[in-house]
Amino acid sequence: MARKKGRLTQEVNAGSMADIAFLLLIFFLVTTTIASDKGILNVLPPKQDPNQPPPEIKLNERNIFNILVNANDQLLVEGEYIDNTDKLSEDIKDFILNFGAPDEEAIALFNSLPASLRNRAKRDPQSSDHPMTGGAVVSIKTNRGTSYERYLEVLDQVKRAYFEIYAERVGLTADQYRALSGKTPAEKELLDRGKEGIPMAISIAEPDKIGGI
Amino acid sequence: MSKFKKKTSTSQNIPTSALPDIIFMLLFFFMVTTVLREQEILVEQKIPQATQLQKLEKKTLISYLYIGKPKNVALFGTEPRVQANDVLINTKDIVLWVNQEKDKLSEAERDQITISMKADREVKMGPISDVQFELREADARKLLYAAVGKVQN
Repeated sequence: MARKKGRLTQEVNAGSMADIAFLLLIFFLVTTTIASDKGILNVLPPKQDPNQPPPEIKLNERNIFNILVNANDQLLVEGEYIDNTDKLSEDIKDFILNFGAPDEEAIALFNSLPASLRNRAKRDPQSSDHPMTGGAVVSIKTNRGTSYERYLEVLDQVKRAYFEIYAERVGLTADQYRALSGKTPAEKELLDRGKEGIPMAISIAEPDKIGGI
Repeated sequence: MSKFKKKTSTSQNIPTSALPDIIFMLLFFFMVTTVLREQEILVEQKIPQATQLQKLEKKTLISYLYIGKPKNVALFGTEPRVQANDVLINTKDIVLWVNQEKDKLSEAERDQITISMKADREVKMGPISDVQFELREADARKLLYAAVGKVQN
């Protein structure tokens, strides 16, 4: 057999293959979006019957936490002008867990709370009665000229207050609590235990038209 | 000097044959984790940031509404518009659209339809609340304000 001496191993030059693969990769990067179905969940109130007047809900003024946002994205929280929303969720937590005038059921709820949440109860008669249904409502009222970004920022803070309360009740962090899917019975139990007795009462009022579009 | 010269004259190439494999692995990873853009988005989309994000469970139940300033200003003007599927629709057509979307779902899931509202952060609350009103009329009350995560400080 005629064999050449000192022949090197014959390797196919694969350097350009990497370039081709890079081209494909970049094409996919450009044409695809990473699936992001994340956001803030909200359940709208049911449709109003035009023949019937809206139901009168008797709620004391002290049980409503008013957040007003005007067309210039300025905030009025409980009648006071505030600059930013940094402390908003803490204020809302204080409001929800005030226990100003609890009934028997609310006292039972109060006793079931962990000590860190119980310490928040200021029992201020000027603030909310109890966090149960009809006891504390957070109301967000915007203007038609308010920017969506500001609205979402405020809603985010309100949600944060509730999630932090829920998470603290079951001994998790708010992030962990929000990540619970409720698919397994254990997760569902945690979710329900967090929410029990403290409904997420967020009222989003119809925006008014003054000063907007 | 010539004493130390190496005898073999093999070229000192770094073997690069594994590089395409690595790139292909990257490529497959991206192909698996992403979805192809199903529809062209006709409105501007700068999704606002938020911290308290929740993930949605069932993708089949979600329908998407895009709200924002049209990209094609010459054709559609500068006022925020609503895009459903791949057309711009008027606010009053939302009820019709929701019903079409509901028809695609099975009977049992029809009332669980979730609307994912991808609104541009520049949009004012006026158009948003109009859309919300129409969604209430259409009885599609589960609404997700799409947002991207913000780093908490």
